[in-house]
Amino acid sequence: MTTISAEPAAPSTPAAALDLAGVSRWYGNVVAVNDVTMRLGAGVTGLLGPNGAGKTTLLHMMAGFLAPSRGTVTLAGEPTWRNPAVYRRLGLVSEREAVHGFLTAYEFVLASAKLHRLADPEAAARRAIALVEMADAQDRRIGTYSKGMRQRTRVAAALVHDPQVLLLDEPFNGMDPRQRLHMMGLLHSLGDAGRTILFSSHILEEVEQVSGTVQVMVAGRLAASGDFRTIRRLMTNRPHVFAVHSTDDRALAVALMAEPSVTGVELGRTGLTVKAGDYGAFTRRLPKIALREGIRVRQLLPEDESLESVFSYLVEA
Amino acid sequence: MSTVSWITARGLFGRRRFLLLLPLPLLLVGLAVLCRALDVQPADWGPPVLVGLGLAVVLPVVALVIGTGVLGAEIDDGTVVHILTKPLPRWQIVLPKLAVATGVTAATVAVPLLVAGVLADSVRLGLGLAVAAALGALAYSALFLALCLLTRRPVLLGLAYVLIWEGLLGNFIDGTKVLSIQQWVIAIADRVAPTDLLTGSVSVPVAAVLTALVSVGFTVLAIDRLRSFSVAGETS
Repeated sequence: MTTISAEPAAPSTPAAALDLAGVSRWYGNVVAVNDVTMRLGAGVTGLLGPNGAGKTTLLHMMAGFLAPSRGTVTLAGEPTWRNPAVYRRLGLVSEREAVHGFLTAYEFVLASAKLHRLADPEAAARRAIALVEMADAQDRRIGTYSKGMRQRTRVAAALVHDPQVLLLDEPFNGMDPRQRLHMMGLLHSLGDAGRTILFSSHILEEVEQVSGTVQVMVAGRLAASGDFRTIRRLMTNRPHVFAVHSTDDRALAVALMAEPSVTGVELGRTGLTVKAGDYGAFTRRLPKIALREGIRVRQLLPEDESLESVFSYLVEA
Repeated sequence: MSTVSWITARGLFGRRRFLLLLPLPLLLVGLAVLCRALDVQPADWGPPVLVGLGLAVVLPVVALVIGTGVLGAEIDDGTVVHILTKPLPRWQIVLPKLAVATGVTAATVAVPLLVAGVLADSVRLGLGLAVAAALGALAYSALFLALCLLTRRPVLLGLAYVLIWEGLLGNFIDGTKVLSIQQWVIAIADRVAPTDLLTGSVSVPVAAVLTALVSVGFTVLAIDRLRSFSVAGETS
């Protein structure tokens, strides 16, 4: 399998970069993660993959909870395995929902702040709880919370020390739409503030809304890495599908069929569906063709640039 | 009290399994009071109640429930990850948990043994049993705490040690008594308060050295294993 890469030019915060170099993990004869190399810099990145792709295993290795069978995982140059010091820079929200149900949210987050030896743990706990909008319920026992509230409490505990890197495994599980939007906003703002955020999700819409940058795992391998729209354009073996609507769809279809970059045109009731082998050549040629034929293009929409189509192409490959 | 100790103690007392501990010490005291009230000779009820029940059952079972409860329960439900994702040297997690386990076990077992010892013979016997039980609590707790990090079935293995190694094999094969925490506790109690009610099978120096070795050795092992703690491999 070839990894498709569309990395940004340069990581903006190399000090907080999480690096994986040739990382593999196997259990007996089963290879869960196979030779993954990636570098995560500032911003929000989505970790995608079908069930069994190795996402959680990869996250566990990043978080120092699993030793790589081969390769290295480093955070700002320090190994994450057997190195508790990395948790000064790293926060983790694991997939498992376990929380100390006998504590209140405030006690739980305050305990995290104290274990981090923060200078003012009370203020840090209040700040983290406010970030996840749990101040009103902070004095209730966590055992009485809904799934979404427990999740937000865990996020507050992971954020209490203002980590440079935050890893979240399925963070939106159990959240209602409003909480989900708030969490997405929070992740965005953390990414914009220079934090390195990696979250896994099996819901493509979530990833699409939170992050343009993705790491796609398929069968233990890193299948694609970078901005998913750019990844799509690099898939030159798959025609790009566009919805085109113009003042004269039939005439435009005839003209487009003469174009080498166009591999197919379908005339429908609402317009044309054009398949183009070369994204750049087609989008450059279309205005010229329309001008030449005296046709006005009213709509041009890439139809398979969604994360869902990119993901399905990668999984099918 | 450190934050780790505080969370550990809250977790221990907040779980219902802690209530399982209460009947055994109460039974121990109840039997001693009953025998004393009925004027049964201490030589007749002392060994079965103090040793057969107190040191052979109550101490190891209470230590097993608490020792596996302070860490094993957190590993089982996944809450241990919250403590492990902190920049703490692992000894700062293991030692407070060991201290809580030892302290709660000693308090739960030593007090009834003290009462039963006083009723059976003298204050000295009561104190001897309490001191020996506290040392035994340390050794058992270190062993069971380490088992939580060595196996996914710490309670089962702990029970096998207590029931099969100490309880069964100890009665038939003398050699196994040398590696029996129960026998070390008896030897130490007998040394502090020599009476006819306690019969040690292991010499006191051997008991003292092995108690120290097991306590330190399993604690060091637990710290090392916690450094390499892996979350169960999921491949989803």
